[in-house]
Amino acid sequence: MKNIRNFCIIAHIDHGKSTLADRMLQVTATVSDRDMEAQLLDNMDLERERGITIKSHAIQMDYNYKGSPYILNLIDTPGHVDFSYEVSRSIAACEGALLIVDASQGIEAQTISNLYLAMEHDLEIIPVLNKIDLPGARPEEVKDEMVDLLGCNREDIIHASGKEGTGVPDILEAIVERISPPKGSEEEPLQAMIFDSVYNPFRGVEVIFRVFDGVINKGDKVKFVNTGKTYDADEIGILKLNQVPQKNIGAGNVGYLISGIKEAKEVKVGDTITHVNRPCTKTVTGFENVKPMVFAGIYPVDTTEYEELRTSMEKLQLNDASLVWEPETSAALGFGFRCGFLGMLHMEIVQERLEREFDMTVVTTVPSVQFRAFLTDDTMVTINAPSDMPDPSKIKYMEEPFIRAQIITKSDYIGPVISLCMEKRGEIKNQVFLTEVRVELTFEIPLAEIVFDFFDKLKTISKGYASLDYELIGYKESNLSKLDILLNAEKVDALSAIVHRDKAYEWGKKLCEKLKELIPRHMFEVPIQAAIGNKVIARETVRAMRKNVLAKCYGGDISRKRKLLEKQKKGKKRMRQVGNVEIPQEAFMAVLKMD
Amino acid sequence: MVSLYIHIPFCKKACHYCDFHFSTSLKHKDDMLAAIKKEIILRKDELGESLSSVYFGGGTPSLLSRNEISSLLSTVKDTFDLEHDIELTLEANPDDLTQEKVDELAQVGINRLSIGVQTTDDESLRQLNRAHDLATADAAIRRVRAAGFDNISLDLMFALPHQELSSVARDLDRFLHWQPEHISCYGLTIEKGTAFGNWYQKGMLEVPEEELAAQQFLYIMDRLAEADYEGYEISNFARAGYRSRHNSGYWRGVHYLGVGPSAHSYDGKSRSFNIANNTRYIRGIASGEPLREKEELSTIDQLNEYILLSLRRIEGLDLRELERRFGWRLNAYQKQRLSSWTADGLVKWNDELVYLTKAGRLVADSLIGELFVEEMPED
Repeated sequence: MKNIRNFCIIAHIDHGKSTLADRMLQVTATVSDRDMEAQLLDNMDLERERGITIKSHAIQMDYNYKGSPYILNLIDTPGHVDFSYEVSRSIAACEGALLIVDASQGIEAQTISNLYLAMEHDLEIIPVLNKIDLPGARPEEVKDEMVDLLGCNREDIIHASGKEGTGVPDILEAIVERISPPKGSEEEPLQAMIFDSVYNPFRGVEVIFRVFDGVINKGDKVKFVNTGKTYDADEIGILKLNQVPQKNIGAGNVGYLISGIKEAKEVKVGDTITHVNRPCTKTVTGFENVKPMVFAGIYPVDTTEYEELRTSMEKLQLNDASLVWEPETSAALGFGFRCGFLGMLHMEIVQERLEREFDMTVVTTVPSVQFRAFLTDDTMVTINAPSDMPDPSKIKYMEEPFIRAQIITKSDYIGPVISLCMEKRGEIKNQVFLTEVRVELTFEIPLAEIVFDFFDKLKTISKGYASLDYELIGYKESNLSKLDILLNAEKVDALSAIVHRDKAYEWGKKLCEKLKELIPRHMFEVPIQAAIGNKVIARETVRAMRKNVLAKCYGGDISRKRKLLEKQKKGKKRMRQVGNVEIPQEAFMAVLKMD
Repeated sequence: MVSLYIHIPFCKKACHYCDFHFSTSLKHKDDMLAAIKKEIILRKDELGESLSSVYFGGGTPSLLSRNEISSLLSTVKDTFDLEHDIELTLEANPDDLTQEKVDELAQVGINRLSIGVQTTDDESLRQLNRAHDLATADAAIRRVRAAGFDNISLDLMFALPHQELSSVARDLDRFLHWQPEHISCYGLTIEKGTAFGNWYQKGMLEVPEEELAAQQFLYIMDRLAEADYEGYEISNFARAGYRSRHNSGYWRGVHYLGVGPSAHSYDGKSRSFNIANNTRYIRGIASGEPLREKEELSTIDQLNEYILLSLRRIEGLDLRELERRFGWRLNAYQKQRLSSWTADGLVKWNDELVYLTKAGRLVADSLIGELFVEEMPED
């Protein structure tokens, strides 16, 4: 056990985490040059394309340090706020962390919050200044920031370049020298923590765990404490580039377990594994049931594909336990599903995976958060969709979720960032200068305000020099109402939204304007109205079609014209009809494109 | 009953709106005419019946000399049987119709002229980059009449840049004064790759708004109806007995052969397209391997074309014929659309027939597209 080191990597998106990890795998010969491909750990296509890590990954390296063999377990963590719970569990599985900071970008909010998390778990932090080869690198300045933040010695910071491989041996040595070996005892009852799970269509769910105490042997009867389920450890092993089965995995080590679990949702990240016969007395602390933060409807574009969509969602859920859904019906969109996501990125990922992996074309409706309505009869209703909204006369008051947001930016952009947050109903709580030019701002903002385009806007106003991290802090009373959209006097349920009173007028106006662009002209005039209850607060009109005829139609024009009209008809087929108005799919996502 | 289209791909200058295939260089004219004659002979067997019409289109066929036209016509006569009352149309620009030219055309046997007048407003003609003005057009039409042409068609354009309704009214006054047997009437369509297309894209060209264009078209339909012209197809109007036989063929599914670059042919089951490039066309014909693409028309394609072309015609869509030829009966969607359009006054519809009203003609493309059939039950 004294020759095991467990560590994770804390880094902001694009700071070079995956490339540096790739180099470490090469230097320790965990991966042959032949098998090497960029971002090896990010094995979903989506991860490679977007350059981000969506799921945690673990890989074991063998490393010879001054003549002794060491086992280094690298636990790669997701790099987005949507997945912060997974990050916290990965951190809990380690004794140390590499803090990778881009030498030109400096420290970002996401990095800080994960760093604090690591420090809370008493992880040994090894600071690494990456991308020192880049022309824009300002190593001295960024090192100042790191020293300030960590209270470390300047000389402890390792210079590295993932691209060129510089500094990789120094990092490996530092891992052995600075990070303490795991504590724990193989004599104690088994206590292991699940920090990830991977769905394998042939073998079921592969559970990735870290053993704190005791030993797990092949064939043991084990129990997952929080779910209360018991399994046979059909296969256990360690994770190299491929899985390597073992007879046992002892305290301090990281491994995988296969026991024919069919659904990812049976396996909860953070859960404790112990023996059925000799259970541990305490579970691993910090376990949570992950709760969705953002809700939206997902509907098949082709209404006949509902069953197919259901099957696809079920399959997707096999390896994405954080996705929750239930059937939902919409007058405009037909049969679909109300889905809960960890955040907007998660929602995008689910949508993209449905399209790529299952070839489904879907419409996603206005994303929303979970509101609460307290009724006159003193009951409380949770609202995941505008259609859940009770009759306003029965509502005593409503509440919405708030977050605490940490934004790190250059001092030049303090003004615009504060204005943006105020515009989003935020309240500034704190302002700390990390260095002379970098400042950390803390706000409390309604979650509903940041689910749309907040991050994009933040990036724009700060010319990219702002990073965001947030955590949910609870519910607060709020003046909310349901805003409906009527097309030709018919309510379109899928376009309704729950919005703050102060924002309702602006929302209604912008949405009507956007819909006017998206709704094709009909043979009659189509009024677009935004209304709260019976009160219309905004209106636009799509004028009636007056002339649509291409005059000439001779020999060759006939084919051309037929094809043109066929295309027009195809476009129409993808539209949804409410009353006598045809609505294109994009209209249901118009909210996301309002500005 | 079949017809022949001959495409003459040359023009003196380019009109700013035109996207037909043409070249303003006459360098290869002789080679081109030789190639067209060779194509006529090569494709002799594609038309099994006698010709009821021949149409010289372009481009500008009126820039051919008497010998060139008569030589083309003799190849046609040597190759095909001609019906005794064959319609021989030639498209002509007013500026080409000199006394000499008019006499020549009469001598070689052209019996119908389609004259590209377009508008009678000199400013607009300049803007369109036409080579004539009102006076030239007027003189040409007088000469044509004097030479005995008793079947002429005039092209009329509307929705021109900056065109007001009053200007359309003046055009109609003059057109009706000439008493043509036939008028083809087109709204200006901005096509990619034309001068107008480029200017429009850059925001340098203003065309009448849809509402004004609609009013202009409605006005034209009314004026022509009052003057006893029958709108027998959306953009074509004729005095009794003077419908264009050739163009009617296109709309009624008559088989036709098109020769010359960019020309199309139709044999009932497929449509073929000659390459729209003069040198490559000539080279292809010379090598005995004409450059031609072919599009097979599925039953659904044929059915949709039938719907498209029928509804553009005054006779409308014959539902019994639809069933007899394609085994197709209106489905629930089509019926629902038709009822709603009937209520809106866009179509008239009974068990046997569907046809567009005047208001319906304005939005014909929207209506026709929606009636298209996408799937047919297998038998």
